[in-house]
Formats: sequence, C-alpha cells, structure tokens
Amino acid sequence: MAQEKQPKRKKIEATGQMMKIMSDYFYDLNDATKASDRKVAWCTSVGPAELLRAMGFAVHFPENHAAMLGATRMATELIPEANTIGYSPDICSYLTADIGAYLKGVSPLANAYPGIEAPPRPDVLVFNTNQCRDVQDWFSWYAKELKVPCIGITSPKNFTEVTDILIDDVTRQIEALIPTLEKVAGQKLDLQRLSETVELSRECTELWRQVLETAATSPAPLSFFDSTIHMGPAVVLRGTQQAVDYYRQLLSELQQRITDGVGAVDGEKHRIYWEGMPVWGRLRQHSELFSELQASVLVSTYCSSWIFPDFDADVPIRSMAKAYLSLFIVRSDIYKEEYIKKMLKRFHIDGIIYHDAKTCPCNSNSRYGMPQRLEQETGIPSLVISGDLNDLRCVSDEQTRTNVEAFIEQLEERK
Amino acid sequence: MTQSVYVGLDMGASRTKVAVIDWHGVLLGHAAKKSGINFAATAEFCLDTSLAIAGANRSDIVNAVATGYGRNNVAFVTEKVKTEIGCHAKGCYHSFSEAITIIDIGGQDNKIIKLNAAGQRDSFKMNRKCAAGTGAFLEEMSSRLDIPLDEMNNLASQATEMIKLGSYCTVFSATEVLENIRHGKPVADIIKGIFYSMIQRVLEMDSLTEKVVLSGGVVAHNPYLVKMTEEMIGRPVSIPKFPQLTGAHGAALYALEAATIKGT
Repeated sequence: MAQEKQPKRKKIEATGQMMKIMSDYFYDLNDATKASDRKVAWCTSVGPAELLRAMGFAVHFPENHAAMLGATRMATELIPEANTIGYSPDICSYLTADIGAYLKGVSPLANAYPGIEAPPRPDVLVFNTNQCRDVQDWFSWYAKELKVPCIGITSPKNFTEVTDILIDDVTRQIEALIPTLEKVAGQKLDLQRLSETVELSRECTELWRQVLETAATSPAPLSFFDSTIHMGPAVVLRGTQQAVDYYRQLLSELQQRITDGVGAVDGEKHRIYWEGMPVWGRLRQHSELFSELQASVLVSTYCSSWIFPDFDADVPIRSMAKAYLSLFIVRSDIYKEEYIKKMLKRFHIDGIIYHDAKTCPCNSNSRYGMPQRLEQETGIPSLVISGDLNDLRCVSDEQTRTNVEAFIEQLEERK
Repeated sequence: MTQSVYVGLDMGASRTKVAVIDWHGVLLGHAAKKSGINFAATAEFCLDTSLAIAGANRSDIVNAVATGYGRNNVAFVTEKVKTEIGCHAKGCYHSFSEAITIIDIGGQDNKIIKLNAAGQRDSFKMNRKCAAGTGAFLEEMSSRLDIPLDEMNNLASQATEMIKLGSYCTVFSATEVLENIRHGKPVADIIKGIFYSMIQRVLEMDSLTEKVVLSGGVVAHNPYLVKMTEEMIGRPVSIPKFPQLTGAHGAALYALEAATIKGT
C-alpha cells in the first residue's frame, strides 16, 4: 500500500529544564507536608494562588494531579471508584479520577517521583468557581474527608464585560478569605510580599503569552500538544521566579526555531485551532495523527487561559480579582466568539476543532451553536469531535481518526 | 481482452463493498459481503467477485483506493486511502452533480455530508458515540424481536399505526419495545416506530439543503426508510442506483482521478 512519509514531532530542548522545576516543585510540596513549620493549601487552577504563596503556603493544584492521572491513563480505572460513592460518570472526570485515586490510594506522583507516595495532605482548601461548580464539590468532599477548612470565591458567570461591580464583588470575596488563611498559616498577610508575588505571576503569564504567540508564525514552532505539557509551570508555579526563568528559556528556543524556519510539524499545510480540553490520555496519538496529515494544531483557548495581563503589583488584590474574572471560561458566548475570531485571524487559522468533552460542559463550547455561528461569520470550517479530558470510555479512537482525516480532506479541497 | 479498471474498496464495520469501474467512471462490477473477522480475506473475495462480474483480471487494475474502518488493512490498495466521508461524497456527486445533502446510514455510523455545486464538501457530521439511528440499532431491535433483519422492511410497510419510541438510547428503546409487546401492540406498528426513531436520530444531526440524497447499506435494504424520510422532511429524496456502493464507487473514482493526474 502506498504510504506517504510520516512527519514527526520535534522535541523541545527546554523540556528537560521543565521536568526539573516540576520535579523540584513536587518534592517541595512533599517536604512541606512533613515540615512542622509549613502549611499546605490546595488551590483550583485559577484560584487565588498568589495570595496563598504570599502567605507562605506550599500550593498543590488538584487539577494538575487529575491531568496527570489522565495523561498516564490511570484515570479511566479510577473514575468508577468515585462513581460508586455517588459521583456520576457524567460529572467532571478530573473530580472523579482524583477522588478515585485517593480512595484507591494511588497517584502518578508515586510512579514518577521516588519517595513521594501521594499528593500533599492539605491544611486548607481554596477554590474559585470561575471554572465550574465541580471544583467546589470536589474540594468540599476532601474537606469532609480530611476535616480541613474549605473556603473560596463564588464567581459571577457568563458576563461579557468585566465591570467594576464584578471586580468589587470578587475583590471583597478574596479579602474575606484572608482571616481564615492567616489563622491556618499562623501569620499575617504581608502586602509587600503579595505585590511581589503578583508581579511574578504577571511576568510569568506575559512570558507564557509570548511563548504561545510564537505559533503565529508559519511554520508554527510550537504545537497545542507541546503547549499542554509546557503550560505546567504557568499553572503550578505561577508567582514564582522559577516559572519566569523557565519561560524565558523556552521563549528563546522557540524564537531560534522561528529564525531557523523550524516548525513543530514538518511540511505544515494546515493551521488548526483547538477549542476545548485536550484528551490527556491521547496526547501523543493526537499529536501524531495531525502530524501525519501535515496539520499543525498550533493554538488553543485552553492553553491561552493562563495569560493574565491584568495582574498589577500596585493593586494586587483588585488585580487578582480582575484577572480571575477575565478568564475565557467564565465569560459569555458573545465575548468568547469575539475572542476566538481574533485568535483565528492572528494565527492564520484554516480550521477549528471543537473537543466536546463528555464530562466538561463548561469547556465544551460546541453545545450552544457556537461552531455554526463562527463558521457562518468567518467562513472557517469546523469539526466537533466527541471525547473526554480523562475518561477514555468516552473516546472512540477510530471515530476521531475518521473525523479528523475527513476534516483535513475537506480543508485540502478548499486549498 | 485486456482493459483498464479502477477499484474502490469500502471496508465498513458491518459490510465490505468493492466497486470496479472503467476509465469513464462506469460501474462494471461490484460485490458486498459481511466484513467478518478476516478483513483481508473478505476484501480479496469481494475483489475477485467484482472483477469476475466486470470481466477483468487483477492485472487490469490500474489503481485501487480503500476507505471505511478497515481502510488501512487492505493489501491490494495502491493509492493513498481516503475516508468514507470523502468517498461517499464522491460517489453520490457522481450520480447527482449539484449541491446536495447526503444522508448515509451505515451499519455502525451515520453521516450527513453537505456538498456545494462543485462537489466540494462544505461540512460533514458523524453520529456521536451512540448506536441510535444506525444499522446497529436496527440489528439490535431485530434480535430483540426475533425477526430477521430482512423482514423488518416489509413489516414496517404493513403498519396501520405507529408506536413511537421516546428514548434515543438503544437499551432504553429495547425496553420500550418489549413493554409495547407486553401490552399487545401490533409488531408492525412497533417496527414502524423503530424506523421512525432511526430517521429522527439522523435528522437531528444537521439541517438539510434542498436536494437530499440517501445512501448506505441500511437504505439499500430498507426502501421503507426512504418513503418515511420523504414523509418526514416533506420532499422527495434521491437514491443512487446502488446506495450501498456509494463509498466503494467513490473510492474507485478517487483511484481513477489519481491515476489520471499521474498519467497512468
């Protein structure tokens, strides 16, 4: 049978450094659980991490742990453990995988990092429902199980503009967290330290923005699948110098790729926007599938969600409120569509793929007519693939392959 | 006498189909068989059968393209494989060369494909990870009712009323069917409801343009589905001469096109 040469993805050299700082981070978390003078906070990925870091907490992000459960394909076996105690297979498979892992006493951290047995035991749980309600349910379960306080921000949702009224609301909610956190931490909030942390977060996300922006060039030096891995420090080390230093290194490598004309996909012919969550257990397969078809999935809403230009060291708490409210997922479809349209233009996109994740309605933007509206307005074709972020029982590899191949055929016809 | 022929193979989840065409795109021979568990043997059988009907030999094959779920499992393919969406589009456009919406009802999946007047794909949709509306749904119901698949069509056409099924889950639908049997409802009316449910699931996938073409094995074996679709959408639908073969025919047309470009 005639087979075309299959292009391969290229390894990013900075990956080694990223693995090192992530390893340091996990070992530090593990040490914190054993140290009598340190406290551990669990935080949702766009929760008030800056506040927690400024108060000296070691910060664990259960969503990061859940994504690791997905990427290591442990999740699908663990989700039923949570189902049996009443957490439906239809709700967030981050939640069900993570609680399932706790119930089963397993963790990908234990496999990857000798000496670490499990995620760090929390002293406090801090959520922000800007992503979804599930994070609150998730943390509430642990609060009861581990008998630790659970506090958080109940975010406004589905708004188009981030108005002062909304910022006032979330600012007050963040301020209201401080007394409990001070009590758990055993120390007062140092506003100077908070400003410094917010500044580091701003620098981190600004560099992350520049990293992702490199994909606007053709060929794109970075793929979505690379970005899902390299966003790790932007998620778990936001507000630290390590993350800032890392993204400087990564940015430099990608700029060199641009100078050298090196693309993430050999012979890039089609430029694809990915809307929605990755299928963590299929990152490699999906990356190879698109590479074989000379299609570069080069930008996504998901990875771009960790860009927070609103962080401002002069008004740390208020700017945190504004940043958390500016998140794509918490906005109206009117805002989301304008945002995506700008991205399509900036990154010279030929086609959009929407991942309709069975257990993540908030990150599945194909359910309220958006693909049809955007296609009509921009003329850029789109494809919806069914799947899930963690639960591979909801994924059909053959259906995905056929859909993606047919979509690329469709794009070929239009060239 | 030697002749140049072009082969298309559609190895579906349920049936394997082969089409052999000449350089005008005219269908010379074809065959279909359950795909079974030995894809290679089924493909070889269908190829030999359709070549025999076409009066051709293997040495007459200029080019061959495969499509369908087993498209990467076929030895005699000489050209890059194509998806079944592309091949169904190609095959249907060959019969109806205008802007069309194709509804393909296969054994394992459904597709709605929209083509513009030039035959280019504007969009396509496949069913979600669910058997509702596919041939698999019909097979499941046939098994539950213990009525051979090929009798379902005649029974549906004898119905005087229709028992509508409320669920789009195959398992729930089967429960509803059994419940209706327990209540003594006529089997023909239940089967009509099963057909209605199938079409409804497919029509929910996308909007339709003016000209609608139905294809696929389920359509080929159940003409009642065509009549019912026409009633449901309120206008006539077009059917290719061999609705089960549109994918294979389209693959053969791709083989011909590729060979023409190469000048072979």
